Amino acid sequence: MMHTIRLPTILRVHAGGDSSVTACGSTVGEAFSDMGRRYPALASQLLDPDGSVPVFVNVFLNDEDIRYLKGLDTPITQPSEITVLPSVAGG
Amino acid sequence: MVTFQDLLRKVKAQIREVTPAEVEPRLGDEDLLWLDVREHEEYEQGAIPGAHLIPRGLLETSISMQVPDPDKEIVVYCAGGARSALAALSLQELGYENVVSMSGGFGQWKAEGRPWSEPVTLSSDQKVRYSRHTMLPEVGEEGQAKLLNSRVLLVGAGGLGSPAALYLAAAGVGVLGVVDFDVVDASNLQRQILHNMDRLGHSKAESARETLTALNPDVKVEPYGERLSAANVLEVMSGYDLVVDGGDNFPTRYLVNDASLHLRIPVVHGAIFRFEGQASVFHPYQGPCYRCLFPQPPPPELAPSCAEAGVLGVLPGIIGSIEAMEAIKLLLGIGDPLVGKLLTYDALTEDFRILNLRRNPDCLACADESRPPAIVEYDQYCMPAGSVARTV
Repeated sequence: MMHTIRLPTILRVHAGGDSSVTACGSTVGEAFSDMGRRYPALASQLLDPDGSVPVFVNVFLNDEDIRYLKGLDTPITQPSEITVLPSVAGG
Repeated sequence: MVTFQDLLRKVKAQIREVTPAEVEPRLGDEDLLWLDVREHEEYEQGAIPGAHLIPRGLLETSISMQVPDPDKEIVVYCAGGARSALAALSLQELGYENVVSMSGGFGQWKAEGRPWSEPVTLSSDQKVRYSRHTMLPEVGEEGQAKLLNSRVLLVGAGGLGSPAALYLAAAGVGVLGVVDFDVVDASNLQRQILHNMDRLGHSKAESARETLTALNPDVKVEPYGERLSAANVLEVMSGYDLVVDGGDNFPTRYLVNDASLHLRIPVVHGAIFRFEGQASVFHPYQGPCYRCLFPQPPPPELAPSCAEAGVLGVLPGIIGSIEAMEAIKLLLGIGDPLVGKLLTYDALTEDFRILNLRRNPDCLACADESRPPAIVEYDQYCMPAGSVARTV
């Protein structure tokens, strides 16, 4: 099952400048692993060495924050959109 | 030739009438519109609370703009029940299905001791200036008066603060506090539209005051040409109805969040980076706070500032305008503000999205309502120092 992972500007450099990449998996974690195989630099920014999501990275499955679902174990049952939300402070 | 009495009898036979006693229980019911069809001068001397004024002479030409829903329940009243009967018939003929005329009018309503109030009225200059607001039923003269009596604090008079302040001033928000310790630099002018070439080197807060009062003399600007800090944040923010956050760094944003929890003042949030923007409303204890969304800031290399990374000048115009819109909605109590929602905008793909935010039950800042976070100076890591028992 193919999903779209939307990337913030700051990380697009690790995906050839694209605003999103596609990845397969039946959980958010599996989709990230699949992404990491093709974009290792991207995965290293989005995941800690132990494979967890750093606290300053927000990940949404469709419109919902995976922190309040099952984190990286959140199942994905249909082609979905995963949004990596940057924490920005510019004004 | 028929007399007016004959005409009125004929009209009343074609409409439904209700007595003041029958409709008073519906006061405050948002599904019902109280439509006052008297003249301005009569309305200003007293009206049914929450009534919407459309003088009889303007009714047919303006009702569809102001009340687009033909199924809306409407109680029409005038001074004695004659003009309202004629108005009710006109409304029926225009397709409004649920219209009644209040017999005896405001005169009987008042004589029977039912609630009424003197509407806050605008000066003749204000009626002209704010006419495009007051013709909106969601605003009206009452809403405009509410804006004129409101106090909003803008944190930052930069990219976001500029459009937000200009629109809030134009809208007639009565008091605008502007906090910015910085001075105007030529590199600001690509996006910070409060300032201009004549103000280079001048205080941004003072420059904001000059621009905003020139735009609208109804607005009192309170400039704070100082850095927001743990020492002054509570004093500066207290007394405002809400804060529009247009800051440019994480420590200030966490500080504003903490103070808003102490003072229970909503924060309209906006943040930008290159081509991306975000906006939300952090309403203390009614929805998530800034720290629920961002428990801690990213390392500096992942969050360069606009000065380091650049920003397209129009972007803060869009996000700052959204902040002004959210502020006005909150002040007027209309619509659905972005509480528990984060609007994201990607200018390159012209993509707006809304993400759902949740209140974090373990949030270090807002989980325990009785113990807001201690107000401390933050470094780049922005970690809270703990919490203190509520004293306010």
